[in-house]
Amino acid sequence: MLEVKIHNLQLANPVMTASGTFGYGPEFADFVDLGRLGAIVVKGTTGTRRQGNDYPRMAETPSGMLNAVGLQNVGVEAFCKEIYPTIKDLKTNIIVNVGGSSIDEYCAVAEQVAELDKVPAIELNISCPNVKKGGMGFGTDPQMAAQAVAAVRKVYHKTLIVKLTPNVTSVVDIAKAVEGAGADAVSLINTLLGMAIDVERQRPVLSTITGGLSGPAVKPIAVRMVWQVAHAVGIPVIGLGGISTAADALEFLMAGARAIEVGTANFVDPAVTMKIVDGLEDYCRRHGVADINDIVGIV
Amino acid sequence: MKQVTDFTIVAREQLGNQYFMLTLRHPSAMLNVVPGQFVEVLVEGCREVMLRRPISVHDADERTAELKLLIQIVGNGTRRLAQLGVGDKLNLVYPLGNGFGLDVEAGAKVLLVGGGAGSAPLYHLARVLASRGLEPTILLGGRSADLIPVKEPFAQFGRLLIATDDGSLGHRGLVTEHPAFAEPYDRIYTCGPTPMMRAVAQSAAQRGIDCQVSLENMMACGVGACLCCVAGTDEGNLRVCKEGPVFNAKILKKLWNL
Repeated sequence: MLEVKIHNLQLANPVMTASGTFGYGPEFADFVDLGRLGAIVVKGTTGTRRQGNDYPRMAETPSGMLNAVGLQNVGVEAFCKEIYPTIKDLKTNIIVNVGGSSIDEYCAVAEQVAELDKVPAIELNISCPNVKKGGMGFGTDPQMAAQAVAAVRKVYHKTLIVKLTPNVTSVVDIAKAVEGAGADAVSLINTLLGMAIDVERQRPVLSTITGGLSGPAVKPIAVRMVWQVAHAVGIPVIGLGGISTAADALEFLMAGARAIEVGTANFVDPAVTMKIVDGLEDYCRRHGVADINDIVGIV
Repeated sequence: MKQVTDFTIVAREQLGNQYFMLTLRHPSAMLNVVPGQFVEVLVEGCREVMLRRPISVHDADERTAELKLLIQIVGNGTRRLAQLGVGDKLNLVYPLGNGFGLDVEAGAKVLLVGGGAGSAPLYHLARVLASRGLEPTILLGGRSADLIPVKEPFAQFGRLLIATDDGSLGHRGLVTEHPAFAEPYDRIYTCGPTPMMRAVAQSAAQRGIDCQVSLENMMACGVGACLCCVAGTDEGNLRVCKEGPVFNAKILKKLWNL
């Protein structure tokens, strides 16, 4: 009833977790039956270990939050050697979010991750707003986005998902460009560039001044962008941005997303993904939907 | 093991204008909570608040399945929590983080230094240390007596000393200026405002005393996933929610200039 396919990836249901909000998975094992997730997208992984940005890295905002973590991660080598062995036998799809500051770095990470049998896909992050070099820079220009994707495509032959930034005039142009460069799917949206000011101290809350906005506040923007992109490209679209209920997930599916990712909501309710899976099942039963794919893009 | 559970508020006590104590009961068997661990509280019915609020455990008793939270009203979230009363439910993710190290030998001289509402987790710690036959020295400080929300109940667990900036109770001055602070100890535990903990850790480092501090940073997930609450330790950016909130001060040399 809930099975969906993203290129060659077979998902038990459309519910995935968003990179950077679910660790590597085991952090949530006490709350979630990890095998019941369509996929886990693990923490953004770069060529070398990164310390990320200075504290403060977050600010709560109305119905959302800003973050400026800055891709703190152990680096691809430690991921492959130390973390991968602890998660490879999880009964779900493990997808590695690949970050970097240069095309060479993206390719190097993708090549190493390609060697991991139990990782059937990567999500190429050309949209992180919180690193000084690269990151979002690649995702805001169609030509540069295509260049990065084409280069990774050459060295990575499993499912290549490209994560798009909403901080552009036309997300459709970027989506078309990465499709043309060989992406198998796109996921959107990454966070919206935002800012918060501590008026008592008269200075920005975040150490980096600006950061990425996520949570329910961004959902209508994300639904709109997913709808636009789904109408413009032929490859599957994965929708994310403020999803915290099954109804939210259904909005994205109806807008044209084949699967969805849950991010910030994991912080509010660590078991929320299971409630969304249950809610989708319940919806299909109530509405006589035999196959969830039948409602994808019906709007 | 961690849980998301609806606790029921079975008691509420107002402690001056700024503080209140909630006693929460688990619906069945409560998980073991180590002194220094914290919970993430869901704040409902408040438009400005989405994220859970991390709050340290003031006391926990597995036999009665009860937790106590000492809460200071500082913003929208805690103001909303202050409106709750007996019978209301409170959704917690618990127990979280690494608590205080209890690796002290029988007969060891142990000092607990608390500042303001930061003394909250030291209560649970003092009770557990006392139950192991130790007689900790408990030194509580604040700008004035009313800014130390819980005082006398500590006396049942050891030697209770007070220091206030304005001299309204106990020694006049900072906790680090209290005569008993200069005595020799095998271990110091501290929780409170950063400048106080830093001064305590500085003195401990100079005297070669093992010192454990409980840090408080803005937090989102509470389970080690989002990397928002990191502290820049000598071992890199460590998560206050996962590797902490209790850290040995010896890895905070750079952060605190020790």
